[in-house]
Amino acid sequence: MRKAVAGQSGLKSDDHYELVKALEKKALGFRRDILEMTYAAGSGHPGGSLSAIDIITVLYLHAMRIDSKNPHWPDRDRFVLSKGHCVPALYAVLADLGFFPREELLRLRKLGCMLQGHPDMVMTPGVEMSTGSLGQGLSVSCGMALAARLDAKDYRVYCMIGDGESQEGNIWAGAMLAAHKRLSNLTGILDRNGLQIDGTTEHIMSLEPLSEKWRSFGWNVLEIDGHDISQIISALELAKETKDKPTMIVAKTVKGKGISFMENQLAYHGRALTSEEMDRAREELSRRESGA
Amino acid sequence: MSRPRMATRDAYGKTLVELGRKNRDIVALDADLADSTRSGWFGKEFPDRFFDVGISEENLITVAAGLAASGKIPFASTFAVFATERAFNQIRQSVALCNLNVKIVASHGGITVGEDGASHHSIFDIALMRILPNMTVVVPADAVEAILATKAIAEYHGPVYMRTGRSAVPQIFAEDYSCDGRGFDFKLGRAVTLREGSDVAIVATGLMVSEALSAADILEAEGVKARVIDAHTVKPLDVEAIGKAAKECGAVVTAEEHTVLGGLGGAVSEALAGCAPVPIEMIGVQDVFTLSGSPGALLVEYGLTSGRIVEATKKAMVRRS
Repeated sequence: MRKAVAGQSGLKSDDHYELVKALEKKALGFRRDILEMTYAAGSGHPGGSLSAIDIITVLYLHAMRIDSKNPHWPDRDRFVLSKGHCVPALYAVLADLGFFPREELLRLRKLGCMLQGHPDMVMTPGVEMSTGSLGQGLSVSCGMALAARLDAKDYRVYCMIGDGESQEGNIWAGAMLAAHKRLSNLTGILDRNGLQIDGTTEHIMSLEPLSEKWRSFGWNVLEIDGHDISQIISALELAKETKDKPTMIVAKTVKGKGISFMENQLAYHGRALTSEEMDRAREELSRRESGA
Repeated sequence: MSRPRMATRDAYGKTLVELGRKNRDIVALDADLADSTRSGWFGKEFPDRFFDVGISEENLITVAAGLAASGKIPFASTFAVFATERAFNQIRQSVALCNLNVKIVASHGGITVGEDGASHHSIFDIALMRILPNMTVVVPADAVEAILATKAIAEYHGPVYMRTGRSAVPQIFAEDYSCDGRGFDFKLGRAVTLREGSDVAIVATGLMVSEALSAADILEAEGVKARVIDAHTVKPLDVEAIGKAAKECGAVVTAEEHTVLGGLGGAVSEALAGCAPVPIEMIGVQDVFTLSGSPGALLVEYGLTSGRIVEATKKAMVRRS
C-alpha cells in the first residue's frame, strides 16, 4: 500500500543516500510542475508552494501510508494543508501518485477543472480537507486524530501550517486542544519561510520565539531545515516515536526555494511568473536536473 | 387551553443520549456551555465520546469538522449567538463548503434567553445559516418536535444547524406528534399544516408556532379562518406547502423569534416572490438590538405575541383587497 520511492525502514546508509537522492529528484520535478501550473493558470501562490514542496514530497512519497487507488481507505494517513494557498505543491504530488490525471495540472484554476484555487475535498481526489481561510486546519486535524483514537486505528494525521497563518487565534486553540488531549498521532509541520503578504512575519506581527511558544503549549518541538530531505525524514520518524504529546516540526524554509530570483522575494507570494521569468526558471531547473 | 411546557434544549439533550446508545459514531462537543445546552447529559453517559473544547467556538466547529471527515457524527453545541457569529467562517469553510456531516445544535436561540441581554440574544442565526449552500436549518416548535428533529438530523447525512431554546415553551404536539387530534409525520423540509383555513396563512417557526395557533383561535372567534403552518425546516423551505397556502389564502403572515431581516420572513418572501406574490406581513424583531428583561416581557416588548399576529393578518388581508 505504501507508495514509497525506496524502502521504508532498516535502511543501510547506501539505501538512505539513494532514497534521499530519489526524493530530491522528485521534488525538483514537482518544482517544475508548480511553476508550470501556476504559469498556465496565470495566478496562484508559487512562492509558498516552493517552500513547502520538499516536506510534502517526503510526506507523500515516503512517510505516509496511502493508496491512490483508494483515496477513502479508512486506515490511510491524513494530510491537511492548512495553508491552503500552497495547494499547487499538493496537486503536483497527488498527480504524480495518480490520484488524478497529470493533464489536470495545466487546467488549474480554470472553470470546470477539479483543481480549485484552494484545496477542495469535494472536488479533488486525495484532498483531505477544504482549506483556504487560514487557521482552521490544525483543529480539523485534531478532530481527525480524535476520531482515530475513538476507532482504535493507528493512522496518523499530518498538518502543515504557515508561519504567517500562526497569527490566527484558531491555530492556538487547536494547539491547546492537541496537547490537552495528548494527540501523539498528530504531527504538525510549520513552514517557517519568514514572509507573509505584507512583509516579514517579524515586521508585521512577530512570532519569535516560535519554537518556545509551541513547547510552552505542551508540544514536542523539532527544528529542521525544511529543504533537507534527510532531516525531514528523520523528524517525521521521531514524531512517530513520540508518546503522549503531539509534535510540531518547525521547518526553516525559503519562500521561492529552488529558483534563484524567487528566493525570499515577497513578490512571488501570490502571482504567477511572467513568460520571461518562466523561461529563466525552466533553464535553472533543467540545469539542476542535468546535474550541472 | 393551558399546555404543558418544556424547553427544546431539554428535549435535545435527552434525545441525544438515546441516540448515543444506539449509534457509537455519534459524538458530542461543546464550548464550555455543556450544562446549559444539555450536551453535558451526553457527556455524562459517554465521557469518551464527548469533547469540551473550552471557550473557543472556532475550535468547536473545526474539531467537529475533522471528526466528521473521519466518519463520526458530531453534534456541536453552544449558545446560538456564539456558534453562528463567532464561528461563522469556520462553519462556511470547514463544514458547509466541505459538505461535512456536522450537526450544529445551538441552544439559547432568540430573545427568550432573557435577562442576559443583547450580547446573548441570538436573532441573526437563522439568516446567517440559511445563506450557506448545503446547510439545512431547523427550528423546532416545541419539545416533541425537538425530539423528532434531533432523530431526523442524526439520520440525515449533511451539515445541519438546529436551534433550541433556553426557556420552557408550550407543548403544542402530543407525544405521538398529533395536534388537535390530527397526526403528523416529521420530515425534514416538509412543513406541517396544523390548521386549515383559506382567509389568511400564518407561517411560523420555533416558539412562534404556539403564538400562531393562539392567533388563529382569536381570529376564528371573529369569523376569520387562518391556516397555520409550522415551518420547522427553514431551509430547505417547503415552498410547495407555503406557495399553495399563499395562492389559496391570498395573504401571508410570517412569525419568528428572530430579526425580520433574512430569516423565515425573508425566506418566505423570496419564495413567494417567484410563485405567489401576495401581501406578506412579518412578525419578528425589527432591525434593533434587544434589551435585557424576562423572556415574557421581551416577547411583548418586541411584538412576538398572538395579538400582534392577529393585527398583522388584518393588515395583510386589507392589502390583498
